[in-house]
Formats: sequence, C-alpha cells, structure tokens
Amino acid sequence: MLLINCPWCGPRDESEFGYGGEADITRPADPDALTDEEWADYLFMRKNPRGLHREQWVHEHGCRRWFVLERDTVTYRFSDDTT
Amino acid sequence: MGRQRYSIFSLLRNAVSHNENWQQAWRSPVPRKRYDVLIVGGGGHGLATAYYLAKEHGITNVAVLEKGWIGGGNTGRNTTIVRSNYLWTEAALLYEKSLKLWEGLSRDLNYNVMFSQRGVYNLGHSLQDMRDIERRVGANRLDGIDAEVITPEQIKAAIPMINISRRARYPILGGSLQRRGGIARHDAVAWGFARAADALGVDIIQQCEVTGICRDGGRVTGVETTRGRIEADRIGVVVAGHASVLAGMAGLRLPLESHPLQAYVSEPLKPVLDTVVMSNAVHGYISQSDKGELVVGAGIDAYNGYGQRGSFHTIEHAMQAIIELFPAFSRVRMLRQWGGIVDVSPDACPIIGRTPVQGLYFNCGWGTGGFKATPGSGWAFAHTIARDEPHELNAPFSLERFTTGALIDEHGAAAVAH
Repeated sequence: MLLINCPWCGPRDESEFGYGGEADITRPADPDALTDEEWADYLFMRKNPRGLHREQWVHEHGCRRWFVLERDTVTYRFSDDTT
Repeated sequence: MGRQRYSIFSLLRNAVSHNENWQQAWRSPVPRKRYDVLIVGGGGHGLATAYYLAKEHGITNVAVLEKGWIGGGNTGRNTTIVRSNYLWTEAALLYEKSLKLWEGLSRDLNYNVMFSQRGVYNLGHSLQDMRDIERRVGANRLDGIDAEVITPEQIKAAIPMINISRRARYPILGGSLQRRGGIARHDAVAWGFARAADALGVDIIQQCEVTGICRDGGRVTGVETTRGRIEADRIGVVVAGHASVLAGMAGLRLPLESHPLQAYVSEPLKPVLDTVVMSNAVHGYISQSDKGELVVGAGIDAYNGYGQRGSFHTIEHAMQAIIELFPAFSRVRMLRQWGGIVDVSPDACPIIGRTPVQGLYFNCGWGTGGFKATPGSGWAFAHTIARDEPHELNAPFSLERFTTGALIDEHGAAAVAH
C-alpha cells in the first residue's frame, strides 16, 4: 500500500486514490491537423519509464482533486517535489 | 548433438546410478560475435520463439539473451492457466493455435510440461455477465473452439466446495466452461523449450543483459550487452514488462504501461479443487497445483511499476473474491506471494510484428494473459522473424493497429478482466 501525499489533505492510504497515468500529456489544440501517426502517439504511446515517472493521481475518496506527483517506478518512492 | 531422450527407461537407468549421470539439459555457451537471429528475453515466449525458428524454419544460428536466468521473470510468476475462450475471432484463433500446440507440447519437446486439461470455468454473477458469457460462448463455437454455457447446479456438481447460494453478495448465476482449458507447470515450459532449442543448436546465454540496440541507417546491426557486443541482422525482442525500455533503446515508443501483477499460493492441501475457476465480476481466479497449493491470482495494481511487487490491498481484494466463492478457504493460510511486471496494451491484446526499424521485431503487450499463449506466441513470432512478415494469425496484432485504429478490443470481453 502506497502512502500518497495529497497536496490538500496530506498523507493518505493509496486505496483513497485513483490513478491517472502519465502526466503532462496535452490534448492537441487542433486534432484535425494531425497525421494518424501523431494522433496515435498522443492517444496511445506512453513513456512507461523504468525510473522517475511524473504521474496523475486523484483523491477519489477525499477532496476529489487531481494532482501530479513524481515517483520512482522501481522503488515506488515518491520524489519530494510536488506540483 | 546426441541428446539423451527422457523416457521411463532413462528414469530407471538413472535411478540405478543414483541419478548422478543425467546430462545437462542445455549448454551455457560463451556468446559468439555474430548470430543470424538474436532473441532478447529468455522467458517462455523467447525460448519458444528460438525453438520454432530452429524447428519450423531451419534457422539454428540463434542466441537467446537473458539478463537473469531463464524463466525467472513472468514465466515463473503466473497462475499457469491455459484457455482460448476469447471473444474476438483474431484473438480467439491466436490463443487456439497456442492451445493446440499445448496439447502436443510434452511429446514435441520430450519434456513433461504437466499440461492438465482440467477445464476452465468462468463465472457469471449478474444478468449482464450471463449475456456476455452466452455471447462469448456463441462466438467461440463459431470459431471452432469448445465452449459451453452451464448452470449453477452443474457448477456445484463439478465443484462441490463452491458456494452457489442465491443469498451470496454476488450470487453465481451460471458460467462458461472450456473443457480443453487447464493448467501447466510453468517452470517446465521454460526448461522444456530451452532444452529442445539447445538440442537444435540455439545458444541460450544467461546473465547477459542487453544495454543498447545498435542501428545503422534505420536497420538493426546488433546489441550491446553486459557481455560485449553481439551482431545480428534480425533481432526479436520479447521482454514483457520491460518492452518499453528496450523500445526506447531503438528510439521507439510503444502503447504500453507496465504494472505489477500479483499472485500467491497457499500451504499444500489435499485435493479440493480439480479444475480452474475464474470470476470476472468479483475478480479472482483459483486452481490447485499438483503439489496441493491453491494458486490464486489477483488483478493488476493501478500504478505503473517495475518493482515486481504490488500493494497489499490488491491481494486482499482478490482474496475477498475467493472467500466469497469458496467460504471454506477462509481458514487456509497463504504461503508465498509474488509479483510480475506485465505490459498492458490499450486493447488488452499483444503486439507481435515488425517495427519501423528494419530487422527489429517486437513481441509484447501480452498484459496479464501471456502464459497461456507461450507456444503460439513463439510459433507466430518465429514465423514473423523468419519470413520478415507476420503469419495471418498474428497479422492483426501489428503495431500499426494503433495508427489505423483497428484495435482488437478484448478488454472486459476476454472472460476475465485482463
């Protein structure tokens, strides 16, 4: 069980949270202008790194707000800096 | 190369010499400078690929590179269930090819993989579950795959320990049964393929981690490893959870996320369960190994992870499901728990095929369901590498499907949440 530091509620059990995957993926402003390859890249392709990973969490059973944390995908340890 | 055959006679012969004269099952060669084909990843899929390359396509100048020991990854970290009752024809035919290979595998490899066709039950707990099951069973039959819809009473008759009370939190309303499904001994699958591939001339190189993929103008030329550079014009990568890492070495991005998947076994019990029971709705699956352990599989942990371990509440969730189905198992103590790293694709289907890099092939994205596919995956991947084009069975599973949009959506359709 991860202990996740919600920026608003403080450290809570992982079971209170939902996971939103890789962070910093921006929906293209004009999807019609993209090639199929670019659209597939936005929609499906992921960094999936072994190591530090910026990822989205939502405090589903708490304040229900989304936030971004950086976590090591091998040690599962969260980095200190939170966004 | 004069390989000793395993048989009742070799057992007896070696018994009288105190089992001190068994031949090694495969060599541990020093890697050569160059091979025709390199397979990265010495799990069941990689070893099967090497075996079928040699056996079906006559390509024997092959090395399998494994960073740890063979079968030490997901091959030894699953719940060993084999079935082919997938909804969509593309997926069902691929898994059915695999199941057909399983049926002759021990004889083919001259190695007992202990494949036991004890049947696989998929339970339905709601009206919608039952509609989905009936649809899937119908689809399976149209694809020529054995499947039947069964009632709670039939389930109870076959599995006396199960609770079919209508007053359960999630009552069992029926299910599907694939009689040809079952379990196998996962270590033996890796060892059997390794031994058979080695006998055909394949070099199995353990403790050899690939650290880079060398390219020259859009085509592969070899790999950098912890044991030096090895050259090859064709490289097949089949590394499950680490597929994205290897793809990154070749400048590629894959539509995969790696998650921990946990399973656990109980203390050994006398025979209580002679089949496989899976439930999509409450999410748990269970069988009993030949040693008597109950083998229980959980779902994936939600977060990306490479740590080969997951969170405890995921285990608890699966255990709740099992106790709901089998109240008597609440007294059973669990003995061991482990996690594997599974590479989950957006449509819960594998990617087997060419990449934009000439000579580089990927076989990945099996997610939580790769073990059952071991022989079929290797068979199709070997064809793809040998001919530089996919077999019709794996052609729909190309990487391009994420660009064209021709996904094979098995998520939630494939008899268990994937």
